[in-house]
Amino acid sequence: MEFPLTQLDRAPASDVTTPGRGRTLDRVFGGASYGAGLLVLGVLALILLSTTWEALPAFQHSGFDFIFGQRWAPNNPDLPLFGTLTFLYGTAVSSLLALLIAVPVSIGIALFLTELAPRWLRVPAVTVIDLLAAVPSVVFGLVGILVIAPAALPLYQWIHDLVVNVPVLGSVFGPAVNGNTFATAGVILAVMVIPIITSISREVFDTVPVADKQAAYALGATRWEMIKGAVFPHSFAGLVGAAMLGLGRAMGETIAVTLVIGGSTQIAANLFASGNSMAAVIAQQWGEASGLHTSALIGIGVVLFAMTVLVNYSARVIVRRAEIRMKGATA
Amino acid sequence: MPTRSVKSPSVDSEVTTMTTPEKAPSRTVRPTAGLGSAATSVSAPGEPVMDLSDVSVFYGDFEAVRGVSLPIRHNQITAMIGPSGCGKSTVLRSLNRMNDLVAGARVSGSITYHGQDIYAPNVDPIQVRRHIGMVFQKANPFPKSIYDNVAYGPRLNGVKRRAELDDIVEEALTGAALWDEVKDKMKTSGLALSGGQQQRLCIARAIAVKPEVILMDEPCSALDPIATSKVEELMFRLAEDYTIVIVTHNMQQAARVSHYTAFFTAEVDDAGVRHGRLVEFDDTEKIFTNPAEQRTEDYITGRFG
Ligand SMILES: Nc1ncnc2c1ncn2[C@@H]1O[C@H](COP(=O)(O)OP(=O)(O)OP(=O)(O)O)[C@@H](O)[C@H]1O
Ligand SMILES: [Mg+2]
Repeated sequence: MEFPLTQLDRAPASDVTTPGRGRTLDRVFGGASYGAGLLVLGVLALILLSTTWEALPAFQHSGFDFIFGQRWAPNNPDLPLFGTLTFLYGTAVSSLLALLIAVPVSIGIALFLTELAPRWLRVPAVTVIDLLAAVPSVVFGLVGILVIAPAALPLYQWIHDLVVNVPVLGSVFGPAVNGNTFATAGVILAVMVIPIITSISREVFDTVPVADKQAAYALGATRWEMIKGAVFPHSFAGLVGAAMLGLGRAMGETIAVTLVIGGSTQIAANLFASGNSMAAVIAQQWGEASGLHTSALIGIGVVLFAMTVLVNYSARVIVRRAEIRMKGATA
Repeated sequence: MPTRSVKSPSVDSEVTTMTTPEKAPSRTVRPTAGLGSAATSVSAPGEPVMDLSDVSVFYGDFEAVRGVSLPIRHNQITAMIGPSGCGKSTVLRSLNRMNDLVAGARVSGSITYHGQDIYAPNVDPIQVRRHIGMVFQKANPFPKSIYDNVAYGPRLNGVKRRAELDDIVEEALTGAALWDEVKDKMKTSGLALSGGQQQRLCIARAIAVKPEVILMDEPCSALDPIATSKVEELMFRLAEDYTIVIVTHNMQQAARVSHYTAFFTAEVDDAGVRHGRLVEFDDTEKIFTNPAEQRTEDYITGRFG
């Protein structure tokens, strides 16, 4: 008892209060990362402010109709109309469809690569998938319009004939006139986001503790049961994150969608109809726009930006809720 | 140890149940009175449930353990002790084919469960693990609710009815001496429990599938003395219904809880390679009071390892 006490007593008070060298470094590092964080926030704010400023004339001109109006007539001589709901709809439908296709496929590939594939296959398979991410999006768009769209048209027609008399399906899989449709855009987008979602899912699966897998196996789980019981509960948050990243990418994708979505201004329940997306409209019309029209296109960009932020934020909320439920408030 | 009625040893039927190629999907629910359930166990206490004969375990070319022979007796606690790296965990994992999960791991010799070689080609390792459960050194509850943790195994066995699951969960948690502490928070995450509670949850999870044998690899090494004594008490009670094999570094623990003790050590062979060897297997009392081997005595008296 005596010894440690005297030791402590002898140490001058200043020794514990003056920061040492390590502490200084700590501060520098802390300050630097804090600054970097602020910088990112600042840049984001700057983007939002400057674009909103440019878009303000169009917002003022259209009011709520900018978002809820369906009529887009920028060249109307007396009263130009900037209703963007159809583009919002096109973006939502094509990117959600992409997600619907890409998430299961990506999770399947990621599971295969982490849990099933023989070791020698893993590295080449991962390389190939990562390569897919490196393909420029215009190439996907060209493949879409030159190969996929014409090839898919008969398929669309066949599906439509199949369900033509079924109430809801009959309109969702409605008549197809050409191959440039919401569906084609969704498929192309799916192929484009699969590498992202796959590679994040793979990393997520890799972080599942071996102990948990062993626990499942020790209870007599088959491989699939182990995946359901040990891998998925651990991965939920990460998978939602991966899907959201993919969604963000799909919502913002411009050139590939521009090429395959058809470019018509309509809200159709029919996945086999053509439409337009927010990013695509900006790309199509930027060159010929001026004045209020330009301002409206920038406005579309602002709304798109806001939508992605909203999507990300809601995903975060979902993830936090799920984490608390699964891991307990303490973890 | 309570004596239990010895049923006519229908070893044959047991073995066939285990090895019939009833693969995962069409798995029959093992009823309480079914194979391996202690309640109708075919062995009398003390009769071997498992038998290791000249077992060697390899990791690739490395022979981690060489030539182990010992019985695992029914409703008894068998302790494995020995210095670090002598292959206790390796032997333990080979008892329910958990070593299959290690790439390159291989077992030679024979390990039988009720006379059936568990490494025979027609044996499904998943079935083996349903009869021979395992509790790990570090408590590893799933990131799920307490209820779902315990219900995980029974659900694998096809139990779906809520009432039935409720009963099994309560029984298992009671069996693991955890019920009173958690009965009001079944929906809480298993990870929100204390370390000792988590380990008992893992034990509950293991016994919920009603295995016959439970393997425990240093189950108390991460627990404080109070939690440890709770788990030890629990083991003692579990031995009424289950056959237990425990690896421990704690000599007092082996002496306190086990009926039989196997002492392992690592020997260097002529080629300079270290292999785990079984030095001595006997009644725990004998091992700790009057061991046959000098090396055993040195180890338990702390002169070695
Ligand atoms: N997965 C593995 N791959 C390769 N070698 C392994 C593996 N697991 C264990 N070994 C080796 O097998 C030998 C026995 O290890 P094991 O873990 O069985 O020892 P142990 O007696 O349980 O030790 P401890 O008391 O430290 O837990 C060691 O030499 C170890 O390096
Ligand atoms: Mg060990």
